[in-house]
Amino acid sequence: MSSQLLEVNGISVTFDGFRAINNLSFNIGSAELRAIIGPNGAGKTTFMDIVTGKTKPDEGKVLWGEMSKNLIGMNEAKIAQEGIGRKFQKPTVFEDQSVEDNLLMALKNNRKSFAVLFWKPTDADMNRVSDLAAEIGLSNELKRKSGELSHGQKQWLEIGMLLAQEPRLLLVDEPAAGMTPEEREHTTDILVEAAKTRAVVVVEHDMEFVRRLNCKVTVLHEGSVLAEGSLDHVTANQQVIDVYLGR
Amino acid sequence: MRNTFIGRNPSILIFLAVLAVFTIAITFMSEAFGAGVISTSFVKTLGKTLCLALVAVAMDLIWGYAGILSLGHFAFFGLGGYMIGMWLMYERTKEIVAGSMAGNPIPPTEQEIVDGIGTQIFGVVGSSEFPIIWMFADSLFLQLALVVLVPGLLALVFGWLAFRSRVTGVYLSILTQAMTLALSLYLFQNDSGLRGNNGLSGLQNLPGVTASQDFVSIWFFWASALALAVGYIFAAWIVSGKFGSVIRGIRDNEARVRFLGYSVEGYKLFLFTVTAMIAGIAGALYYPQAGIINPAEIAPIASIYLAVWVAIGGRGRLYGAVIGAVFVSLVSTFFTGGQAPDINLGFYTIQWVDWWTILLGLSFVFVTLFAPKGIGGLFDLIADRRHPDRHGADLGPDKGSLQEREATE
Repeated sequence: MSSQLLEVNGISVTFDGFRAINNLSFNIGSAELRAIIGPNGAGKTTFMDIVTGKTKPDEGKVLWGEMSKNLIGMNEAKIAQEGIGRKFQKPTVFEDQSVEDNLLMALKNNRKSFAVLFWKPTDADMNRVSDLAAEIGLSNELKRKSGELSHGQKQWLEIGMLLAQEPRLLLVDEPAAGMTPEEREHTTDILVEAAKTRAVVVVEHDMEFVRRLNCKVTVLHEGSVLAEGSLDHVTANQQVIDVYLGR
Repeated sequence: MRNTFIGRNPSILIFLAVLAVFTIAITFMSEAFGAGVISTSFVKTLGKTLCLALVAVAMDLIWGYAGILSLGHFAFFGLGGYMIGMWLMYERTKEIVAGSMAGNPIPPTEQEIVDGIGTQIFGVVGSSEFPIIWMFADSLFLQLALVVLVPGLLALVFGWLAFRSRVTGVYLSILTQAMTLALSLYLFQNDSGLRGNNGLSGLQNLPGVTASQDFVSIWFFWASALALAVGYIFAAWIVSGKFGSVIRGIRDNEARVRFLGYSVEGYKLFLFTVTAMIAGIAGALYYPQAGIINPAEIAPIASIYLAVWVAIGGRGRLYGAVIGAVFVSLVSTFFTGGQAPDINLGFYTIQWVDWWTILLGLSFVFVTLFAPKGIGGLFDLIADRRHPDRHGADLGPDKGSLQEREATE
């Protein structure tokens, strides 16, 4: 059993009277692939917002790492520096800049403005960029502007940027949306590979994609955990069928 | 060569060459060093234009690259002018006061001279006391330091408050405009310590210099050209590396940069402060050439003009900002200086002094809607023709018959 990396402990958040997250608690190990599924409005994206510091919860704790540091109250940049990377639903890369520049910006280096001003890429940095490009299948596109890439390639570039950050936890929001079947397969491979050395949490709608990830599944409903276990286990759960799958 | 700073930015060399040729040409055409083809007042106009180009480069850094539409950079420009103006006016008045008192039967004491300067400078606002902000006015070194420190500090405090609260977009523009307006209204007051709406005058006279304005104007012209060259290289260096990547990222998607672990607020604050300092330096070179500075110079409209220049010249490219500032301000001088002939329509006479702002406004709308790259975008057309980057694709008609690689070997 791997040690625990992230502990979400009793968080609740209310938007204008609507309880988006209701006393949510669960744990994620340090090298684990986890899928989070749930119907629309179950609080999947809000959960990511809370962990990455975008939304402040009304109560509860998010404990991180061996030191059990509370992430609540830290800003987004600090949390990212702690080692949490996030991929958005829509591919968000810097379209005006080359694939290489995008990856260089994401590389794990000093983030302070003065250090960045005088920073020059070393050979090790360039090697890391070409390794990453090979991993996400963009070796031939390094000099191209990322705005010219296809939708799927942008998704991979964003995953590549996340890997470049060398995070210990990767939060991925609907990575397979709008991808062709071959692209989905490649995406699955990248995520499974990444989860060997770090924790990867995938929020997904598509059951086929989740089945291919072949990992532990957490079902959210109305802001709290409804069921947890293998996909077959949760899909056999009568409550899950009622709220989500049975419709 | 490809990986050096200049190698990656060939436009810097072209820019510097054009600037050098321009500077030398003007020098040989001036009254001081050459044929006297162009008047001293026009040399001053050109020197001032170079200062405007420098503040436009600063504006392009903050707006074109980082996406922060600041309507306050002309306030920093004006503050730089005030800082150098205080020293110029103090020393100049001291010369005059000391000269007139030298004939007195009893030689004047130090305090009498200072009182005399105070009466001369502040008589127009009904005072003779030196306000506390003039305490360094007798030191050229300290006032030169204040040229960068005062705009820098104001930008730092204002930026810290604004960026920390995550004010962005049009709200930030309004906030910077409010700052500019507040500063200008404050300076209009007689008890602001900077002579109210009279401003500081006589700045074209350098203390202790007996050379004529013909020479002084060309010195300032050179200094402005040098400042523009250094400022341009500095700005190009800032945007060429990873820092440039990060600020362009902030412009395009602020949240994404934040989730990459960069402190967006820190970067904005850094750039806001640095560009305010550049604006201060530009102002300190501009106003001795203009001869006078008053609070009307700081009014929000000036900062809006600055944004218009950068937009017309082309945002997000440094030479675009320079072209915009030079082109629009020279054309503006032409139209508002009474040189443009009036157009008589029979029933109405178009007087350009009044209609120029409307023409400028229309061209701003036109550029924003139809040519968002501005004048600088024209260079893309030329550059694309000269370097067809085909990513190694064959040139046809038969596959592989005319590969790009063969043509270069």
